Amino acid sequence: MKFSVVLGLLALSAALCGLLSMMAGAYPLSFRQVFSLLLHSDSDTLSAQASIVLWQIRIPRLLAALLIGAALAGAGTTYQGIFRNPLVSPDILGVASGSGLGACLGIWFGLSIVWIQLLAFCGGLLVVAGVWLITLKASRLDPVLTLVLAGIALSTLCGAGISLIKILADPYTQLPSITFWLLGGLSSITRTDLAFSGPLMVAGALPLFLLRWRMNLLTLSDDEAASLGVNVVRLRLTLVVCATLMTASAVSIAGVIGWIGLVVPHIGRLLIGSNHQRLLPVAMSIGAILLLLTDTLARTLSATEIPLGILTAFIGAPFFLLLLLRGGRP
Amino acid sequence: MSLKVNHATLGYARSIVLQNVSFALESGSLCCLLGANGSGKTTLMRSILGVLPLRSGEICIDDVPLAQLSHADRARHIAWVPQAHEGTFAFQVIDMVMMGFSPHLPAFSVPGRREHESAMSQLTALGIAHLAGRNWKELSGGERQLVLIARALVQRPRLLLLDEPASSLDFGHQISLLETLKQLRQTGMTLLMATHHPLHARAIADTVIRVEPDGSVTQGSVDSQLQVDRLAALYRVTPEQIRHHLSHSH
Repeated sequence: MKFSVVLGLLALSAALCGLLSMMAGAYPLSFRQVFSLLLHSDSDTLSAQASIVLWQIRIPRLLAALLIGAALAGAGTTYQGIFRNPLVSPDILGVASGSGLGACLGIWFGLSIVWIQLLAFCGGLLVVAGVWLITLKASRLDPVLTLVLAGIALSTLCGAGISLIKILADPYTQLPSITFWLLGGLSSITRTDLAFSGPLMVAGALPLFLLRWRMNLLTLSDDEAASLGVNVVRLRLTLVVCATLMTASAVSIAGVIGWIGLVVPHIGRLLIGSNHQRLLPVAMSIGAILLLLTDTLARTLSATEIPLGILTAFIGAPFFLLLLLRGGRP
Repeated sequence: MSLKVNHATLGYARSIVLQNVSFALESGSLCCLLGANGSGKTTLMRSILGVLPLRSGEICIDDVPLAQLSHADRARHIAWVPQAHEGTFAFQVIDMVMMGFSPHLPAFSVPGRREHESAMSQLTALGIAHLAGRNWKELSGGERQLVLIARALVQRPRLLLLDEPASSLDFGHQISLLETLKQLRQTGMTLLMATHHPLHARAIADTVIRVEPDGSVTQGSVDSQLQVDRLAALYRVTPEQIRHHLSHSH
């Protein structure tokens, strides 16, 4: 499909999903109400309650879903490209498990939500930094393979730590919040969360966007990329740092949301091809729309909110199997 | 562009592959690199490309040591045609060729219409314009090889390294490859081609570099380097076998 057509379709579906997500929920708003509230006109005819629902709850949550979806899909596309492996997801280097361990520690120590988020953020970054250091030390092996293997090993280590905390934690007060955090969700997102991690996600996305064409070169062998004038180590480090920053800030406020970062790049490649110059913006838009849609479903499907991680897995895994069955190579 | 290798030792952290390598390529000359499998031809190419740091000695292009140049500077002087590979992602051929513009574009920019046109005309010049919209994964080995040559030429190098470019080409494409290389030499480009075909070297080379079984590197005229006895020593077969084989292929 042509790039401009794809972008047009994505913009249209983003607008539709945005509208749907502003209208749907425990306190339904009509199309007219949403519009008049958005435009601030004749606000006296509408209840103050409707205005609070829209501006304090739905719009921050909508923005968070868009940002987090774009961040996870962008990080996933980047990681799949630079690790030359279409089966890689944003937590391949252990960001998610590092953040999970940080958050679990915070919950276990009974810290406030800000500290939990900060610990989650730092945990994610620390694990990736550890993976990178190990790769530098093990210079005799293929760096791409070492990164992935070290990521798996450190993830397992963090996973063991999380399991230990789950056993030690208070089963009535702490365990539920640990479980809920690990499943991921946007129900507790506030404007402050957005103000903290929104800029971090944008800061990570900007270099990725600017370097999106150069990303193609890292999908070739290191020698080939170097012969085309790329400083391979520096470019790879830059991209890993940016993608990690995006993932860690997303995970720190929303918990572990799986599958988006793995599946969305594949949908992008089906639509627009493998050239990251076009793939990255398309994948980020699809990720944003998909997460917004899933989150709207998560809070409207049943009386109690379904954790987002469960829904993304329910949608993502079958889709991924479908991709495998039809050849796996878009 | 001239290339000089002075008393270079090439290899990895734990093993030296080639020792005391010295040779020179004159500007606008075509040199063929011969050697048995595993003799170190690829190591030599990687060292000239600058991806494998030298253990000692130096490599100069136009009397400037390679180590002093940035990655992008090196890529503006030297291009490499690797052996055709699978690749991970299904790039369009035209996108693959446009990657050759990378050392000429600022870090944050993307190739535009001008680059697209210039890549297309390079494909046309190599007679593969019809492949432009095709998907890398669907190409045959020979087609991939030609696309990689187009990408290297788009890089506008003054020294072109080719790693056994003929190995996956059919007979007709082998002949047109040799013709193309001759034309490039006429434009003043310096070429170094690793090859397993001594006959290709005889057909087009100005000089021949041999990577000997003992790890030394010699440079000489085509006739002296391709003597039957010396070829036999290089590939560890008997002179009779070589004579027998060559008489059949003529």
